[in-house]
Amino acid sequence: MESDLGLWAIPLAVIGGAIRVSTPILFVSLGETLTERSGRINLGLEGTLVFGAMAAYATAVLSGSPWLGVLVGALCGAVFGLIHGVICSIPKVNDIAIGIAMMLLGTGLAFYFGKPFIQPVAPDLPAIPLGWWSDLPQVQAALNVNVLFVIGLIAALALAWALRATRPGLILRVVGDSTDAARAMGLRPAMIRTMATAIGGAFAGIGGSYLSLYYPGSWNEGISSGQGLMAVALVIFARWSPINCFWAALLFGGAGALGPALQSVGVTQGYYLFYAAPYILTLGVLIATSSTSRALTGAPGELSITK
Amino acid sequence: MTDFLSKSPRSTLSRRDLLRGSAALGGVAALSGFPGVARAQSALTVGFIYVGPRDDFGYNQSHAIGAAAVKAMEGVTVVEEENVPETIDVQKSMESMINFDGATLIFPTSFGYFDPHILTLAPKYPDVRFEHCGGLWSADKHPTNVGSYFGYIGMGQYLNGIAAGHATKTKKIGFVAAKPIPQVLLNINSFLLGARAVDPSITCQVIFTGEWSLAVKEAEATNALVDAGADVITCHVDGPKVVVETAAGRGAFVCGYHADQSALSPDKYLTGAEWNWAKVYTDMVSATMKGEAIPNFVRGGLADGFIKMSPLGPAVPEAGRAQFEAVKAEIEKGGFSVIKGPLKDNAGNVVATDGQAFLETDPALEGMAYLVEGVIGSTS
Repeated sequence: MESDLGLWAIPLAVIGGAIRVSTPILFVSLGETLTERSGRINLGLEGTLVFGAMAAYATAVLSGSPWLGVLVGALCGAVFGLIHGVICSIPKVNDIAIGIAMMLLGTGLAFYFGKPFIQPVAPDLPAIPLGWWSDLPQVQAALNVNVLFVIGLIAALALAWALRATRPGLILRVVGDSTDAARAMGLRPAMIRTMATAIGGAFAGIGGSYLSLYYPGSWNEGISSGQGLMAVALVIFARWSPINCFWAALLFGGAGALGPALQSVGVTQGYYLFYAAPYILTLGVLIATSSTSRALTGAPGELSITK
Repeated sequence: MTDFLSKSPRSTLSRRDLLRGSAALGGVAALSGFPGVARAQSALTVGFIYVGPRDDFGYNQSHAIGAAAVKAMEGVTVVEEENVPETIDVQKSMESMINFDGATLIFPTSFGYFDPHILTLAPKYPDVRFEHCGGLWSADKHPTNVGSYFGYIGMGQYLNGIAAGHATKTKKIGFVAAKPIPQVLLNINSFLLGARAVDPSITCQVIFTGEWSLAVKEAEATNALVDAGADVITCHVDGPKVVVETAAGRGAFVCGYHADQSALSPDKYLTGAEWNWAKVYTDMVSATMKGEAIPNFVRGGLADGFIKMSPLGPAVPEAGRAQFEAVKAEIEKGGFSVIKGPLKDNAGNVVATDGQAFLETDPALEGMAYLVEGVIGSTS
């Protein structure tokens, strides 16, 4: 800790922050991409994220195994997704309204069941020390990559490939783009959408387990501070592409690390402005990539916001 | 964003239960012809309102421990509500405690509850006593049924600084702060001045997160401080758990705040500045029950039992222990000043001239708007 990095601390902190902070955002946005590609919006993932964080932490505290916690987090997420999916399969039910209800239910239940687990300390998920080649402790710390981050990257690649090149991917896209076409093919759209929402919920549950079991690594009621909602919004930003979700999550994580990093090298004026960086960035990219001739490229045709 | 999500139900009887219960009892009383009291009445109902969860290892937990001590008193009913934002919500919570629970003494414990929320309600309910933690009550501006109380916890951060000054190897210490309000600034300055009492070359890096409770940002700030070379970290946020665990995970020493966090990292925890609200609250409640008036402006420090220090951890060297205990004894004796001249702020302005000293009781300290020389950071 003797070495002073000077201004190099900023890019390093941004990279480190991108790796540390992005994982839950990545998992939620991947799950939401899957759900939205099937033609449904699940706004409840913020609640799923918080409940997943609580369930994973509680399981890790009780069992001593963080991996069991991740599994339980994913299962709880899937149950939340399943509930959303089943309710939305009833005709004339609005998926956005149910999503908001599920968000409130998820956070409320998590706060209720999570009360006894604020105090105990759970075992953390392991990290891979990819910074072993450097003598600098800052570099080693920044490149301590959690296994879930790697799994998230692989999941993004796998999902992109599956959507493009596999039969289940094709089915999902058909259901998402045209209910009538899907019916004509003999598919059952409601069933497929429910499955997609459940799997999407499982992704969000895993994201939650990262929050409570690795970074920041403890359960409390303010653990998410709206990250689940941001991640749902990022799906539009990422144009429903899993690979773009990965980049968007990294961008968001890195921009979030900018504020503290600038203060740590002595740029101390206007930190509230730097904290708004991720949002300003999002606005900027959305404006830059918008077009008057083509609206919402890549948006599934059956989404209730685009219909 | 999460404000509207984080409202959790009242932990004791809900107002509906209470109404239903009292209606039923009233019915029974009417049927049997007894004109007696419809519901059991205790001598005093006291309300506590917290901005976050009651068991956050921090600010709210320190108050909830105090509330628990009041609950144990004879003839007192305690109603509590947690996760109440510093918005119009707190007015609703207070009105509900007054009108439905019959509370006549209310402790809204968060800084932002004072202005405008308590100041709005106090004239409307002249028979209710509002006791606010941290607000600066003044006789010519504010209603007389409002009181403010606080402890001189800056002294605790000064003692933290002494422990930190002995533990640091890099001569750089770090502070994760929520917002640049006077109490936080005094804590940052005291922490550095305590460390400088050990070694005048020590500097303190501060990072403001902008909110009282933002887990991810607090973790990022702690990482940034350690990356910048700080090897002892303390904080002033509502729940220090994340800061303590992150700092200890990066190998830095930690000084606690609000409550005792030593259980989170026994090896790295040096000491901590803790509130002792149990004493303050039980004193105030027993005075109220005896019909005595509580002074509108209550303050106390180490000697009065308003604050206390966590036991020193194993990482504090022998010389540090000796200096820590000596200074602590001196503070308890009274007349000790942390902010004393010659002292400049970190922009070069003189804040105390040679020979000038501010006692902990000096109200000027509660309007602090500067960071002293040696603190790397800015208040805006």
